[in-house]
Amino acid sequence: MKGNLISIDDLERSDIEDFLSKASQAEKMSKAEASKILRGHILSTIFLEPSTRTRLSFDAAMKRLGGSTIDLAAEVSSVEKGENIADTSAVVAGYSDICVIRSPYEGTARMVAENTDVPVINGGDGANQHPTQTLLDLYTIKKEFGHIDGLKIGMLGDLKYGRTVHSLAEALDHYDVDIRLISPEETKMPEHIVEKIGIEEEKTELEIEDLDVLYATRIQKERFPDKQEYERVKGEFILNKQRVKEMKKGSILMHPLPRVGEIKPEVDKLPQARYFEQSCNGVPTRMGIILELLGVDKDA
Amino acid sequence: MPDLKVSKISNGTVIDHIPPGRGLDVIKILRMERGFDNTLSLLMNVESSRLEKKDIVKAEDKELTKEEVDSVSVIAPSATINIIEDYGVVEKKRLRLPDKVEGVVDCPNPHCVTNTGEPVEALFEVVNQNPVELKCSYCERKFKALELEI
Ligand SMILES: [Zn+2]
Repeated sequence: MKGNLISIDDLERSDIEDFLSKASQAEKMSKAEASKILRGHILSTIFLEPSTRTRLSFDAAMKRLGGSTIDLAAEVSSVEKGENIADTSAVVAGYSDICVIRSPYEGTARMVAENTDVPVINGGDGANQHPTQTLLDLYTIKKEFGHIDGLKIGMLGDLKYGRTVHSLAEALDHYDVDIRLISPEETKMPEHIVEKIGIEEEKTELEIEDLDVLYATRIQKERFPDKQEYERVKGEFILNKQRVKEMKKGSILMHPLPRVGEIKPEVDKLPQARYFEQSCNGVPTRMGIILELLGVDKDA
Repeated sequence: MPDLKVSKISNGTVIDHIPPGRGLDVIKILRMERGFDNTLSLLMNVESSRLEKKDIVKAEDKELTKEEVDSVSVIAPSATINIIEDYGVVEKKRLRLPDKVEGVVDCPNPHCVTNTGEPVEALFEVVNQNPVELKCSYCERKFKALELEI
């Protein structure tokens, strides 16, 4: 059976490790070496809603591996002309060796995977999943510490609606980690996730001194009916130089970007700041995902 | 014996112990609200000893297929199915929820790809039997039986 990457929920720990080690291999390769691996191969990107960074990072990953890409953008697509997503994506995926699909509708990637013979990667399906983001987050942590087990990881911000932190928490459930949730009362992590992964620590105050990893996300204005309350909460959870300096030596601060004020620019130069590298890790991580799904072993 | 105001059927199926208010959904899920030519009766809020109240559906000359029995179990897992011949119960069928439920109920999530006119039918994995909880295989959301719309 062909491999797909549709949901973190489908993955065992060993699957996650396979993706991460392929990513690490990809990062260690020289550019010349990497660019020979997928010569002649094509990646199709089907983006039914814009996500420039995700698309560009897949584009970069495929090109680093010596392959090329074809892109179907929503505004010019036949989906706009009334053809359904299933047909359009089956046709476009069929032009290529591997396909990335992003859609505002939850479950689109799984449907597309059922309709095509090439491996399908979920580039985000509405509020559901964005597994390549989760893998690049895990890759960043593993690259920093050499391991994931044993770490104390804090998640901060909008934990109620944030798809990124839900997926990350579920993926981390495969590891022996301590997770601390830090959020305002209004945006706490949904109970079913807290129960499922057995998180013990939930805080409504910014306690970050003893963490190895602090994963910050946006606190969105729309989530607060009371605008004054939003301003208060935002001020309380904002990460400035003084607060981040309280984090212990060797710890890192991550964020999926883009940020809207929750991390002050003055933090960027501190040794903890890792969000730009995290974002750059998207390329080797996606190279690893492509290699793994195409079953390419560079040593073979 | 209370007077049920609806006469017994001679041959067919009686679906008993349906949670109150779900009787109409049972008829809908069996696609009997249209095109079913025989006598069909729905009793709502009948006093019961087992549940406080219950709905009952009686369908004359109707035999349920295995798929139909499974679909009833999704929305009314507490129901019992009695096969009637010559005014007597000849068989009681026990409901058993299948591992997967396909094309029976729609996904309640409006953003789910199965609700966007795509050629894909709703498919659920049964993640819990009691209380019934289903997980949509596409949008991955979980729903309790009562949230499901027919
Ligand atoms: Zn769904």
